[in-house]
Amino acid sequence: MELIPFDFLAGLAVIAALGVVVLRNPVYCALCLAGVFVALAGLYVLLSAPFLAAAQVMIYAGAILILFVFVIMLLSPRVDQGAGTLKWQRPLAIVFGFALIAELVLVVALAVLPSARGPYTPERIAQIGSTQAVGASLFTDFLLPFEITSLLLLVAIVGVIVLAKKRQ
Amino acid sequence: MLTVNHFVILSAILFSIGAVGVLVRRNPLIMFMSIELMLNAANLAFVGFSRYLQSIDGQVFVFLILTAAAAEVAVGLAIIVALFRARETVDVDEANTLKG
Repeated sequence: MELIPFDFLAGLAVIAALGVVVLRNPVYCALCLAGVFVALAGLYVLLSAPFLAAAQVMIYAGAILILFVFVIMLLSPRVDQGAGTLKWQRPLAIVFGFALIAELVLVVALAVLPSARGPYTPERIAQIGSTQAVGASLFTDFLLPFEITSLLLLVAIVGVIVLAKKRQ
Repeated sequence: MLTVNHFVILSAILFSIGAVGVLVRRNPLIMFMSIELMLNAANLAFVGFSRYLQSIDGQVFVFLILTAAAAEVAVGLAIIVALFRARETVDVDEANTLKG
């Protein structure tokens, strides 16, 4: 019963991902990337992570994608050329891509996955809310990564301002 | 019946598509978008395992990855703009000297 939304969202994600990689116009690629983000947000809802679905749409589709579109517009008159300097690179990359998919699928199919071990069953998450569950863990077990992430954001802001200044 | 394998295989497919995108495209913005696609594939694997192992740690990780990816995109796009602001074409193969 849950397979139908999964099939639809997975198909949408894969088709949009192929669109990102194949299309020539960078704005179309950005729109396909937005499709991937929204499909993944739907999959997160299916996986009992509605808070992450909302955060994904807000941060990725609402901020990162906008940033991409701004830079595409800024650098727009210069458009991507056709074939590369190494003619054999493109078919070899596609062959290696298929090899990578085959390897990863093989690893997953042969692996013995661990059994469930935590307290957060989907019923429990539905009961207390996924935001509260993530928040409780973020501010107790994961407090140090949280503080380091705030430092990372500060460094990123300072770096962007320094990089975007005009040279004197 | 959905198992964790469905989600991890989907994550693997998206990751491979992103990897091929980085290798095949020469526009740095689209290469960057393919890198973001790879990050999202990893996020999907994290959330998939988080649900099937009944642990919340995967979701917290994804939240932190989301934040790190936002910072990375900001800095990476600033680098691309600084690098290609003075040039004719947006082509990574043209940026092959170490001069600014």
